[in-house]
Amino acid sequence: MTQPTHTDGNAAAGAFATALGFDVTTAMLTCAKCGRIGAFAQSHVYHRAPGIVVRCPNCEAVLARLVQTPTDVWLDLRGSQSWRFPVADR
Amino acid sequence: MPGWAGHLAGQHIDLKLTAEDGYSAQRSYSLSKPPDGERIELTIQQIPDGEVSPYLTGLTAGDEIELRGPIGGWFVWRPGEATRVLLVGGGSGIVPLMAMLRQRTAAGAARFRLVYSVRSPADVYYGQELDRLERECDWLQVVRVFTRTGPPHTARPPGRIESSDLSSPGWGPADGVSTYVCGPTGFVESVTTLLIKQGHQPSAIRTERFGPSTESRNEDR
Repeated sequence: MTQPTHTDGNAAAGAFATALGFDVTTAMLTCAKCGRIGAFAQSHVYHRAPGIVVRCPNCEAVLARLVQTPTDVWLDLRGSQSWRFPVADR
Repeated sequence: MPGWAGHLAGQHIDLKLTAEDGYSAQRSYSLSKPPDGERIELTIQQIPDGEVSPYLTGLTAGDEIELRGPIGGWFVWRPGEATRVLLVGGGSGIVPLMAMLRQRTAAGAARFRLVYSVRSPADVYYGQELDRLERECDWLQVVRVFTRTGPPHTARPPGRIESSDLSSPGWGPADGVSTYVCGPTGFVESVTTLLIKQGHQPSAIRTERFGPSTESRNEDR
């Protein structure tokens, strides 16, 4: 049996915190495709690539992509309909 | 770590190594102890042909490393939380769970049960410390699951974690248990499935996945 290659949102937390300035693991994301609402920490993360891909654990649609270049961070959030996070964590 | 402002049990750091030619490699490692001033502890498994761990295990006092953290506010346990805590660790997935147990020895009132799955007795991390905690702490139960080779005279035949390993009187879905599961992705998925089949609410289960079992967080990848 092929082993799953993904980790989860905990493994992407450092890169996202550096880009956004707050801890994203407890943020609640709504998937734009299936509507599932879940914590960023529980999303599936594929990061053995030039960028980080965050996928919905229910439908595997892409929720977020983050690519770091030597000078910039590119963040694509179109796969997530909304992000909800407590103000106190900012 | 100069200027370290403290952390929560369960958090991790990202460690980055950069070669002279600019090539860099980054790994995540769980913090294995609760806060202790500016001192932090990492548990690192050496992989002989790994890219990062042989370098780290060859460090000597005073060598500098670059790290980012503490990271994560999801897979954490705070001593003020009184609900029962079920910890389920596979292989090096024990490391952040150990930080939670060590935190509990210093503060808190919650009861803990640890189910720790490893291949063989030689693969147990923190073996003596766990034996001692199990003897001395009336708030702690430890269950060891051996998947390939068990110690002599154990009743349970070696094998992957099963539903019966995870159930115990007082630790069911109706007992208000907070569960933390950490290990290789396949391990986390199968344990979570077993717990949900037993009736545990998905919202009461927090997970941290390391990826394929050969590439766990506290190993090289």
